[in-house]
Amino acid sequence: MYSITASGLVVTYATSGIFNFAHGALGMLGAFTYWQLTVAWHVPPLAALALVLLVVAPLLGAVVERVLIRRLYGTSLSVTLVVTVGLLLALIGVANLIWSPVTPRVLKPFFPNSLIHLPGVNVSAHQAIVVLVSLLVAVALRVFLARTRTGATMRAVVDDPGLVALTGTSPARASQLSWALGSSLAALAGILLAPLVTLSILTLTLLVINGYAAAVVGRLRSLPLTAVGGLALGLAESYSTGYLGGDLPNLLRPALPMFLLFVAVVFLRDTRLRAGGRIVGWSPRAVGLGESVRWSSLLLVVALLAAALAPGGLVDFLSSTLAIGFVLLSLVLLSGYAGQVSLCQLTFVGVGAYVMAKVAPGGSAFGILVVVPVCALLGVAVAVPVLRLRGLYLALATLAFASGMDTIFFLNAFGTGGAISVPRLSLPGVDSNRGYLILLTLAFAAGAVGLLSLRRSRVGRRMSALNDSPAACVTLGVGVNRTKLGVFAGAAAMSGLGGVLLGGQEGLVSGNDFQMLNSLVLLLILTIGGASTVSGALLGAVLFSAFPIIAEHVSFLSQASLLLTGLGAVSIGRNPYGIVGEASRRFAAARQAGRGALASVVIRPSPLRDGVL
Amino acid sequence: MRRTTTLSAPSPVDGQGDEPTDPALQVHDVSVAFGGVRALDAVSLSVQAGQVTGLIGPNGAGKTTLFNVITGLQTPNAGRIVLRGRDITARTPVRRARMGMARTFQRLEVFGSLTALDNILAAAEFRRGWARDGSDPRRVADDILDRVGLREVAGERVDGLPTGLARLVELGRALATRPSLLLLDEPGSGLDGTESAALGELLVETSATGTAVLIVEHDVELVMRICSTVHVLDFGRLIASGAPSQVQRDPAVQAAYLGAEGGSTATGKGVT
Repeated sequence: MYSITASGLVVTYATSGIFNFAHGALGMLGAFTYWQLTVAWHVPPLAALALVLLVVAPLLGAVVERVLIRRLYGTSLSVTLVVTVGLLLALIGVANLIWSPVTPRVLKPFFPNSLIHLPGVNVSAHQAIVVLVSLLVAVALRVFLARTRTGATMRAVVDDPGLVALTGTSPARASQLSWALGSSLAALAGILLAPLVTLSILTLTLLVINGYAAAVVGRLRSLPLTAVGGLALGLAESYSTGYLGGDLPNLLRPALPMFLLFVAVVFLRDTRLRAGGRIVGWSPRAVGLGESVRWSSLLLVVALLAAALAPGGLVDFLSSTLAIGFVLLSLVLLSGYAGQVSLCQLTFVGVGAYVMAKVAPGGSAFGILVVVPVCALLGVAVAVPVLRLRGLYLALATLAFASGMDTIFFLNAFGTGGAISVPRLSLPGVDSNRGYLILLTLAFAAGAVGLLSLRRSRVGRRMSALNDSPAACVTLGVGVNRTKLGVFAGAAAMSGLGGVLLGGQEGLVSGNDFQMLNSLVLLLILTIGGASTVSGALLGAVLFSAFPIIAEHVSFLSQASLLLTGLGAVSIGRNPYGIVGEASRRFAAARQAGRGALASVVIRPSPLRDGVL
Repeated sequence: MRRTTTLSAPSPVDGQGDEPTDPALQVHDVSVAFGGVRALDAVSLSVQAGQVTGLIGPNGAGKTTLFNVITGLQTPNAGRIVLRGRDITARTPVRRARMGMARTFQRLEVFGSLTALDNILAAAEFRRGWARDGSDPRRVADDILDRVGLREVAGERVDGLPTGLARLVELGRALATRPSLLLLDEPGSGLDGTESAALGELLVETSATGTAVLIVEHDVELVMRICSTVHVLDFGRLIASGAPSQVQRDPAVQAAYLGAEGGSTATGKGVT
């Protein structure tokens, strides 16, 4: 099972060099289309299967490649990451619109009543089919890639698209084919998987994501190793059920694939794993202290006016915006300044809120003194094993951490579906909503001014240096690890603090609020705003908190916030710098042009290229 | 934090703690293989303080690989690197840099999002961080801006600069750590005649203060003019070493550059 989804992933990655985070969503979409055909429209299963696997899924893959992916070849890793994660969310959004998540749906297993008797165990026919199909897929793929002309072309494209083009074959066509094939494999995995679990959009997407672990075992390019990884993953899951009694395995089992993913990413010693890539290419000049203080003061004046005059709804909106904005500031530090990808920032936010609720239920400001070190330590704990990772692998490791924390911590500490109440900081003058708005404004302004000062400081230069060229840093006598650890710890602590502020604003928070998917939304929303700027964080926060409010008034949008976020992120493919980044880049370019062009030859970082089958 | 004795270049070499006769850098029998390809084959050479030493050879001869071995970015399959009489083969790149080694890169490794000034300033701050010598990074950076001639573009982001100027930024950055051994990988490519002449002068000046300079450069005219000693690599082997005029006449060198057959037998003529 895992090997099918993983081999689809490997095929697309190996041929197009782009890791498709949306793979899970493609699988989910395949399963739902199959359900629609068989259950709702009563198409015979075999015909439906053929329709989904041979027509719908490949078509979807090919269209995605043509529309989104083709323009991404040779761009930085961060752009491909944001675009495919955006696609993941957009597809989930589409599925939510078509198949309302409230209605239960069931997909029957193949041959529901037959059992196959093997020595020692009874296997359901469905399970047998799964095993058989995954073996078949593995063998067929191997033969296809090794023996056929098309397969050879696909492998050649990985090595040198330019050279392939010279021989008169279109490299774009080959990678389009690989996306069609990958999408079809994802759908197959989805259809086989769906009967074993409930047919729910999120569950299915996340399950297919579990296959990522197997793909990483295969180093994203070896199909046989990927199959082994898938097998190991499956076995580990069933053994943990079989041999470990009690509640603990039930608690840990869902986290197993993510644990394996984390371990695989961290321990696979392979030079290709050092795949790098800067997160976002353009970072505007740091604003001076005076200017940042002036803008912050303006923000404070606006907040004071709002607190005094605005209706309660607007006050709430502004408060949420600023609390989210504070959390986004921590991502500006981590991703925008230091270039470290994190798909787990909300995890720290959730831990911060949780710790605050536990240690200072009365809202004593001393709670912060616990929250900050706890989150910083957690940040360090995550950062230590992933220190040598960059780009895609760092993204995968943090994804695994976030997802693991979802199942182990957030699902249990908060109780299933339960919520805990987070106290507001009890400081003089903040007992009202309006007072709290002022506090949040102060916090955001302080964070923003602090970040901008940091950026202009020695530490800021060191972070930029680390982001731009680790090799140069090392040969100038500065190791990269301590800086990285510090940045991770600082960003985690900030996020935790953000959790306290946000929790205090919302009052009740549930574990669901901090899920991995929401972390993805957070990163995307920041990228849409402009990842390396404080103003981008504020803009992102406005977008983020505006969604629910718009949705209240426009019913069509109630399910569409994911879709819109996803689409926004997908547009990063065209405009990688975000709204603020693009605006300031244009401004800088105009200024440059005004002074007469200086640069004749412009240095660009070489595009990331790795991954060979 | 434990530190080895800091070498405080660029003040004239005082030789404290070192044998006065020790060369700034010795490379002993270094071999590197990439798969089946021998990128470096038992290369031995030495670099003297207070001189500019040239390292030339056709493309793919192993020059950059040798730089990577010297700075610790590439682990050799065999051989030793000795810095001022001290074996540093097992040291990390960071430690080597702190012992007074700095380099530039053939494929640029600038801090592109920072300005030219901030690139140099960052390096000066790094140096102050590990050397704790109480130097003022701002002043160091300011001096270097003038020395390498980047005053005009000090406030420009480096990823917007032409390649030649970006190479000068790398040179300035390396100088900001006040190295006793400076390794330059094609610093002159991308510069015009006047700029290249200025670069030559700067390098001679720098070496005169006691710094050992090892330079990889395709501009043979520049190399012959400023280098006291020239080493020639071809297919990973050292085929000649000596004074520029001597090396120029060497038949093995001429064969390597003209691509004639049978010329590249290893005939390391040890100078020094």
